[in-house]
Amino acid sequence: MILGLMRRLGDRPAWMRWGLLAVGLAVAAILPWVLYPPVATDILCWGLFAVAFDLLLGHAGLLSFGHAAFWGGSAYVTGLIALHSGLPFYVAVLGGAVAAAVLALPIGYLAVRRSGIYFAMITLAFAQMVYFVANQWSAVTGGENGLQGIPRNLPGVDLSDAFTFYYAALPVVLLGLAAARRIVRSPFGRVTAAIRDNTDRVRALGYPADRYKLTVFTASAFLSGLAGGLFAVNHGFASLQEVDWTTSGKVVVMTVLGGIGTLWGSLVGAAAIVRLEDWLSTAGFEQTDLVTGGVFIVVVLLFRQGLWGTATRLLRPRPPAPPTPDPAEPADPDRTPHLTKR
Amino acid sequence: MTSFLQQLFNGLVSGSFYALLALGLAVIFGMLRVVNFAHGALYMLGAFGAVVLGDSAGLGFWWALLLVPAALAVAGMAMERLLVQRLTALDPLYNFLLTFGIALVCQDLLRMKYGSHSQPYDHAPFSGTVDLGLFDYPAYQVFVLAVSVAVCVAVWLLLTRTRIGTVVRASTERPELTRAFGIDTRRWVTPVFGFGVALAGLAGVLAAPMRAVNSDMGADLIITVFAVVVIGGLGSVFGSVIAGFAIGMLQALGNLYVPVLSQTSVYLLMAVVLLVRPAGLFGKEEHA
Repeated sequence: MILGLMRRLGDRPAWMRWGLLAVGLAVAAILPWVLYPPVATDILCWGLFAVAFDLLLGHAGLLSFGHAAFWGGSAYVTGLIALHSGLPFYVAVLGGAVAAAVLALPIGYLAVRRSGIYFAMITLAFAQMVYFVANQWSAVTGGENGLQGIPRNLPGVDLSDAFTFYYAALPVVLLGLAAARRIVRSPFGRVTAAIRDNTDRVRALGYPADRYKLTVFTASAFLSGLAGGLFAVNHGFASLQEVDWTTSGKVVVMTVLGGIGTLWGSLVGAAAIVRLEDWLSTAGFEQTDLVTGGVFIVVVLLFRQGLWGTATRLLRPRPPAPPTPDPAEPADPDRTPHLTKR
Repeated sequence: MTSFLQQLFNGLVSGSFYALLALGLAVIFGMLRVVNFAHGALYMLGAFGAVVLGDSAGLGFWWALLLVPAALAVAGMAMERLLVQRLTALDPLYNFLLTFGIALVCQDLLRMKYGSHSQPYDHAPFSGTVDLGLFDYPAYQVFVLAVSVAVCVAVWLLLTRTRIGTVVRASTERPELTRAFGIDTRRWVTPVFGFGVALAGLAGVLAAPMRAVNSDMGADLIITVFAVVVIGGLGSVFGSVIAGFAIGMLQALGNLYVPVLSQTSVYLLMAVVLLVRPAGLFGKEEHA
């Protein structure tokens, strides 16, 4: 796995990396011309959310099934700040993201005590608790109605047009993506990758593995919060849907569809799901859970490398004769991303 | 005092459902190392199965109690053979994702067909109340509790006193060693999965006469049951069942004394258990 990862990072020549960056920025720049602008902004938000999620799943091996708590929690806090203070929406979104990170501290502290499947169940359960709190505390959150009429404040600029708002939101998303990439490439990111591959060995080397896990969990929650806050401002409301467990599932499917551990693949996965849902709802088909669930089943059974993983494998020059596979390792890690230590 | 006892009894009845679902989850997890997210959806299918049998075939509750779990067991075995088995060699989280997808699909298909409002079920086997000494209690609820306790005890006996149970426990604890003794552990995987699914279906049929039958009923329950098995320790069948009943009672008492915490108490308890005993009250530390 480590070898595969190094090859992926190292073998991509400089011209290709800069080329990818240029293509990515060009797509980001023209997106609202090609798509309906609010949908383009949705792609930005979900894309950042999915990248933040892949930071945790693909680069630390932690499958959270409760990320709706951070996306939705931030959506509510962002909405409250924007509604009651009149501050620029950047401040509101930042406040929401900080709130998500603060929420992640106790949840993460408890969840990192278990790994693998337990981590998934624990995060899911705590996110459900956040859902119930949002539902019951209707004096603040609006309960079933949610928070409505969240303004897009920015002194001196009229953001009421969705097209303009896209370009106002873009820098936040780009900063978030740059932060995610910086974390993955940092010495800290190398340690979290090592924790994913062999937690016991990392502990034996003297690293406080749980503290690393908690840090990356909180960082992921912060970036998810940025995305959720922007989403709330984009739509002008924050509802219970944002903290619902299906939202947690949706970000998982985006990351898995894009390709676990590929970081940028998550952007592609998010864009594909948002586009698909938009296209289906235009055609009068509102069963979004059916789509999410169906994509889940197909991708997990047939397509575990995801879109990005498949593309890079096809583009990469064939490595010299592969070593004989170890029969004790049933899954070739290069073909199926390793989620956690078993 | 009477209201306290009555609330405790309500808790035992809702705990019956937690216990049946947690039992199925724990049995499946023990044998396959798979956490079946679709368990809640299968519970919901059980309830819908009872409604459909009653409405379209005119078959009453007792038929449903027999046929629906059997049908779901077959469906569960097919699901294991066709889908789950393909992923068992990989990280168990892939099966968690797969069953999550199955749950979403089942739930949305039923929502498409029946909408999201509740379906009436009018084939309840008994009405009326029984005198429990201090208070009268609906007879059907007493029946649900009795069935749940009986099933949990029966499974316990099956696991501890029979040869099949011994094989299942052995393949749960030491799969390689069991195979080394010449026992084909894979033979039992599919039937055990089917059995766990049948328990979810049974819980669903039992729920039909007393709970709202709609497409969301399973999702709401399964997340609570996840908290239950984290508290009890998923590796422990006994612990999961006990935690199921205990949390039913805790929630009921929460309803009575601190209504604001009625929905969140189970998660707070989970937080406390994770602080004090991360492996769960009855679980042992393991990598899963």
